[in-house]
Amino acid sequence: MTMQSMLGWRPLVVLSVLWMSVMGVRAEAPTPTLEQRVAGLEAYLGNTDPTAPLKDAKGNIPEGLTTASVGVAGPGHNGWMMTSAALVLFMTLPGLALFYGGLVRQKNVLSILAQCLGITGLVSILWWVVGYSLVFGKGFNSPILGGLEFSFLKGVTSAPNTDYAYWVSHNVFSMYQMMFAIITPALIIGAIAERIKFSAVLLFVGAWMFIVYFPLAHMVWGITGLMNGVWNSGASIKAIDFAGGTVVHMSSGWSALVLCLILGKRLGFGKEPMPPHSMVLCMVGTGMLWVGWYGFNAGSAVAADGVASNAFLTTTMATAVASFVWAVAEYFDKGKASVLGFCSGAVAGLVVITPATGFVDASGAIIIGVAAGLVPWFFCTRVKQWFKYDDALDTFGVHAVGGTLGAFLTGVLATADVNSNLNTNLKDIVGKTLYIEQLKAMALTIVLSVVGTAIIAFVIKALLGLRPTSEAEREGLDVSDHEEKGYIY
Amino acid sequence: MSLKKIEAIIKPFKLEEVKEALTEAGIEGMTVTEVKGFGRQKGHTEIYRGSEYTVDFLPKVKLEIILGSSLVDKAVSAIIKGAKTGKIGDGKIFVLPVDEAVRIRTEDKGEKAI
Repeated sequence: MTMQSMLGWRPLVVLSVLWMSVMGVRAEAPTPTLEQRVAGLEAYLGNTDPTAPLKDAKGNIPEGLTTASVGVAGPGHNGWMMTSAALVLFMTLPGLALFYGGLVRQKNVLSILAQCLGITGLVSILWWVVGYSLVFGKGFNSPILGGLEFSFLKGVTSAPNTDYAYWVSHNVFSMYQMMFAIITPALIIGAIAERIKFSAVLLFVGAWMFIVYFPLAHMVWGITGLMNGVWNSGASIKAIDFAGGTVVHMSSGWSALVLCLILGKRLGFGKEPMPPHSMVLCMVGTGMLWVGWYGFNAGSAVAADGVASNAFLTTTMATAVASFVWAVAEYFDKGKASVLGFCSGAVAGLVVITPATGFVDASGAIIIGVAAGLVPWFFCTRVKQWFKYDDALDTFGVHAVGGTLGAFLTGVLATADVNSNLNTNLKDIVGKTLYIEQLKAMALTIVLSVVGTAIIAFVIKALLGLRPTSEAEREGLDVSDHEEKGYIY
Repeated sequence: MSLKKIEAIIKPFKLEEVKEALTEAGIEGMTVTEVKGFGRQKGHTEIYRGSEYTVDFLPKVKLEIILGSSLVDKAVSAIIKGAKTGKIGDGKIFVLPVDEAVRIRTEDKGEKAI
């Protein structure tokens, strides 16, 4: 063999080997069929898993097989969730700030606004550091707490986290959930208004997030959560909570009661008049809460789907009915229907429908609306008078009582007719014994909130004290804590 | 002629009628202040979520008029005409002597100053 002939065939061999290897790689990356691509798009319409059509008979996806629908957010669902996140933030800033701010005396209006703003910043930082991860991670594989894998929002990108939503960006989901983590501790300040130091509020909230909120939110909404009856087939308590009856309203309301008892009454409580300084601001805040609550409730479907639509309806009906019923109750009780009555009833309606909103139909919503108009009203106007606790702006009367009532009624009124997810893990108990699971979840929530709050409050009381000096309290917290006044004439 | 001062405490929503009646009676000026107070009428109650508060101090309007003594009777009748509803809380009228009055611009004194 000559050198020439050697050189003649060698490049050919090299070329053919290269060609074959390229073709080989192509053969390993299968192209999806048109059916699979269309089914991926249809999954977007139905809010289902876009990888489902790619799976073979054994449920495995052939290596490399994918479509343009996988790993991206669906525009409609994502758009609604960004809107919802903004709406839930709007509930706190300025909705709750004005609702509470209008109800305090003029000298303390800014203290409420400052606490709402301070909590928003503080909780956002905690959420970034580890809060989100502790609630929605699963690294610990624990029913009590999430994990650390999403610390500093690491890996929280625009691709969906399919543990929670097929079509919503992970970063949007994390911001949406953060707004809940902000408003929950902000609700507590209603019970302790006009008599707590700003520093004590922030320290309390910082500790409370770790001891009460993060664990509780994971237990109820985390994919490995103890009380996540809808999505976790291994949940020991098969309870349901659509938008936060236990996590948001019971936890804040019961904690508020404990903190207001440890804190003590406002100076002059029961002797001096303490009427709201601006019912107008209070009503404006109520309207903002109501509008923002559509993001809270309908947004909790984490999709712009049929469950969200149903939640939109039930939220509207329950709220309007509760507002009306509260005012009617006042009318029969004292002969006058008040603006504060309409406002309180609306908020109570929103609270009570919250856990049920995506699980009940219109009739259920009406029943809830009537109950929400009467039971919290009774607690705010009667029970508070009997026991003489200073729940200044009725966080306990509305949120704890309303949240507890709602959690129970959800167990009674939930129906798979409006939410087929109830058929996944709860088929055997919905409409039957679900309320027993709800009672267990309620008990656990109350124990965690009461014990956690008592421990934190006594520690802070010992470390730096909870209350301002009596001079500062008389002068008003606006000047003593913030060196500002709400109104300068 | 001596100078007098009329101080009248009236219901706020009666101010316009009183002003008209006084203008008709030939009174050319007055000073009005929003004030709070209570007399035998006492206050009213306000109820917020079941908590009842008695509001003692009710909003009233105080009129101050300086005038020559010859106009006092007409002015008092005009105020009564404008402010009277016949119900408790209509207010009061006081007439006081005034030592001196000075118009700052011209330094006029006495009745010329008003």
